[in-house]
Amino acid sequence: MFGRDEKVSEIRLTAAQYIILAIFLVLAYGLWKLQVMESGYYASAAEKNRVRNVPVLAPRGKILDREGRTIVDNYPSFSALLLRDSSRDLAGDADLIAQGLHLDANEVRARIRHFAAMPQYQPIFLKEDITPDELQFIEAHRNELPELDTIMAHRRLYPRNGFMAHLIGYVGEVSEDMLNQPQFELYNAGDVVGISGVERQYNTLLMGQNGSRQALVDSHGREVGRLGETEAVPGKQLKLTVDIDLQIAAEEALEGKNGAIVAMDPRTGEILAMVSGPSFDPNDFAVHVSRDQWNKLVTDPDKPLLNKAIQAQLAPGSTFKIIMSVAGWQEGIAQTLHVNCTGSAEFYGRRFGCWQKGGHGAVDLDKAIFQSCDVFFYTLAEKLGIDRIAKYATDLGLGQKTGIDLPNEVSGVMPSEEWKIKNFKQKWFAGETISVGIGQGAIAITPVQLLRAISAISMGGRMVVPHVINPTDVPPGYVEAQHFTEVKNVTIDPNGWNAITDAMGKVLLPGGTAPSAHIPGIDIAGKTGSAQIVSLATRAKFKNAEDLAQNGWFVGFTPRRNPDIVVCVLFQGGEHGRLAAHLATQVIKAYVDKQRRTPQKLVEKPKIGGTVDIGGLWTEPDSDGDKERLQGGRFVLDLSKKPLAVAIAAPGMQ
Amino acid sequence: MARYVSYRDFDWVLLGFVLMICGLGIMEIHSATMHTKFAGAHVKQIYWVLAGVGMMFVVSLINYQALLDQIHWFYIAGVASLMSVLLFGQRYLGAKRWIHMPGGNHFQPSEWVKLILILAVAKYFADMRQRELSWSDFLKAGAIVGIPMLMVLAQPDLGTALTYVPIAVMGVFLGGLQWKQGLTVALLATVGIGAVFLVPRVHVLKSYQKQRLTSFIDPELDPQGSGYQVEQSKIAVGSGGLWGGKGSQTHGNFLPVPQTDFIFAAFAEEHGFVGALGVLLLYFIVLMRLTQNAQTAPDRAGTFVVMGVVAVLSFHILVNVGMVVGFMPVTGIPLPLMSYGGSSVLFMFLALGMVMNVRMRRFVN
Repeated sequence: MFGRDEKVSEIRLTAAQYIILAIFLVLAYGLWKLQVMESGYYASAAEKNRVRNVPVLAPRGKILDREGRTIVDNYPSFSALLLRDSSRDLAGDADLIAQGLHLDANEVRARIRHFAAMPQYQPIFLKEDITPDELQFIEAHRNELPELDTIMAHRRLYPRNGFMAHLIGYVGEVSEDMLNQPQFELYNAGDVVGISGVERQYNTLLMGQNGSRQALVDSHGREVGRLGETEAVPGKQLKLTVDIDLQIAAEEALEGKNGAIVAMDPRTGEILAMVSGPSFDPNDFAVHVSRDQWNKLVTDPDKPLLNKAIQAQLAPGSTFKIIMSVAGWQEGIAQTLHVNCTGSAEFYGRRFGCWQKGGHGAVDLDKAIFQSCDVFFYTLAEKLGIDRIAKYATDLGLGQKTGIDLPNEVSGVMPSEEWKIKNFKQKWFAGETISVGIGQGAIAITPVQLLRAISAISMGGRMVVPHVINPTDVPPGYVEAQHFTEVKNVTIDPNGWNAITDAMGKVLLPGGTAPSAHIPGIDIAGKTGSAQIVSLATRAKFKNAEDLAQNGWFVGFTPRRNPDIVVCVLFQGGEHGRLAAHLATQVIKAYVDKQRRTPQKLVEKPKIGGTVDIGGLWTEPDSDGDKERLQGGRFVLDLSKKPLAVAIAAPGMQ
Repeated sequence: MARYVSYRDFDWVLLGFVLMICGLGIMEIHSATMHTKFAGAHVKQIYWVLAGVGMMFVVSLINYQALLDQIHWFYIAGVASLMSVLLFGQRYLGAKRWIHMPGGNHFQPSEWVKLILILAVAKYFADMRQRELSWSDFLKAGAIVGIPMLMVLAQPDLGTALTYVPIAVMGVFLGGLQWKQGLTVALLATVGIGAVFLVPRVHVLKSYQKQRLTSFIDPELDPQGSGYQVEQSKIAVGSGGLWGGKGSQTHGNFLPVPQTDFIFAAFAEEHGFVGALGVLLLYFIVLMRLTQNAQTAPDRAGTFVVMGVVAVLSFHILVNVGMVVGFMPVTGIPLPLMSYGGSSVLFMFLALGMVMNVRMRRFVN
């Protein structure tokens, strides 16, 4: 009954076959397109799915003092990072992530946007130094938030309470501005780099190179295997020229005060101590610094972020009289100049007062230095004229950067006729020379400049470049060593040198300006100073600015002949140089005391058959880890047993 | 009539190719589930295939013409089972598709309804006398398929509902569709689909269904959802290259459900363009063999039955492989014979049983 009538149209059945063929051709084309034409793209996409690059962070190099004692170390901490090579909707997960890590969700989203242009395999650092409960949050949400991961990082551990903060500086995440500068072009966003101080100056040496681990992951982001690992190259350790013992003395001296103390070896230019006050705690910057905290530091009138040793530009006051003396001697004027100080003198129709209202009476160069007679130096300045003063001051490095190996050193100002015309389009008034003669007026210098100038004078004209590391302690290629050993010779007549340094030796003796700072048994030559605190601009506004507190200065060295330490103190608001001298002598005393304690390098040639005592100081890791501690000991060598004449210098000995 | 029936006329060649595809499927299920909680699924699949082959022989013995005479009862039973799913079905992943059977198995009636629809449509068009299709025939055929389809859509199971469409299309096409009718329906369908997507008031599709379809159009909109699946599938297929590779997408769990809906992607990743094309060729041979059987069928009804199977199989391949290579949205339609799953395997072998049934009676009249 069925089907006896006509069959189904053959044409339509054939058409159905062709339609099926067409479908298969389309599908085969789809396979061809994916597997042959675009297989390279998809192969790499599969690889990206499967292989995740996890950075292995290189620890930064330690910072040590000159005896190898650790100043800056690292401690392990966990950072939370966001992996972007998983195909998660990161912005959508931001709320949960922010909640778990105690962050602001909008900040997280902003950060994801900020890094959008970076390569996908680079993770975003969300939060550093996370707490145990945040770590637990990440571990507990491995499935829900596979893009969230942790990494162990070595964090900087700085000395507490801002000890040495300005010299060491601190590290931070590289900023966008920095990335645009050519010297940072090799860094990536998220890298931790030195922002200030030694950390910045020697960043390339300290930083090391991050490695990476190619981990095999499944679709949940769980590591299921490992492909390979490029190991991190740890940063090199950096040995400073600073002596912790001296630094402690300087820190203690300046505690609670505004100003700076710098100590240097005048023979080499090695900085032995450098303090600036008030200080800040760089550990606050190691983790993200809060906005409030940062604003407080920036707006503080005492400028705690400024390293005043190299960045404060102030009038040197009476300490400048030493430079005046050298200029006067070299020009043949000072050695024969005799002035009768009556407490004031008139130049160019204006009366200039001496600090000693009653006058110093008959004054020669010697007395003018240790009594700091203003009238003598007014007269000397008048006779020299500004350009001759400027020549000697400039030769001694005033008004120029010293070239110290610390970032952002400022140059200060050493005025001259040319300088005034160039900067103010005004002629130099002869009256201005008189103020410059006692270190006032337009002259503005940094403590380290003054230190370097006085150091050169103490060495009879041999001027070194201050520096904080010893280039021979650093692997070659990181530091241009010749810069540190550059020596400039300023001609100073030996007789003049004798006369001036002898006069400086009387400053701390009865009759000098700072006899109370005298320490029995230590021959300190120095010069006090005090100068108005206000800047040139403010001084122009307030004609009579004498009410304002003055800055105290002291610069000195010991011993008076062949000195091995020179110290410069700036005591802001310290009123009188005498108080600054007290701070300087504390540092010098610490230095001398230590030197007397420390065994000298010279070992007498032992007699064969006898015994010899050798004492030494060295550092070695203590029992529980990598913290180095200073050790001391005494050895008795029995030379009768070993017929060997040895001179031993223990590590840490000079 | 049974004395004319002989297994000499059984299509052994077709069965051979079908079993080759099943074998490749079982191999791939083994490989894809090796280290997952589904490990061992390939053994179950072997049992399903054996059961399927057995049922195929059983079905081939029952005269399809007798079946067709009783088809209205089957049709009513099919609609009733769909209704019972809607009323008593087990809700799983937001949809009621299964009924729990005693002994821990579950039963998905929508698969069997597919088979009933093939027969019902065949019966309807076989009984039609005129050469050209009238509008009333067209609407009646549409209603036969449309009613169960709407019930499956209500489960909701868009994918399975869509597999009913080619049965109707094939029937109408072979039954004498006129050009005018074809164009009108195509136009109406375009307008209808446009309305579903563009008019916000129309809620025919569930939001997840819309999302699947929109994310197909722009996968970036939904990287971790359906778009993610398509993207991962394309990566799997593409990284297979010409000769196949390690299968990191499959084994790293990046490819979603590699043993069922995305089995072709898993196969293409491990065996490359050459392997995948080989599988397509096997399917093509099977389909061509089936259409040949349709041509040699003893009557109109036989042709319609076989071509109904062809329509369903082709549609499954088009949608599934099309999805795997990124040409089609994610609809949850398995690849027949290869994908893991009892309902799917049994349906295919029952359908093939019907085809054998028709073939074995080709010389009857």
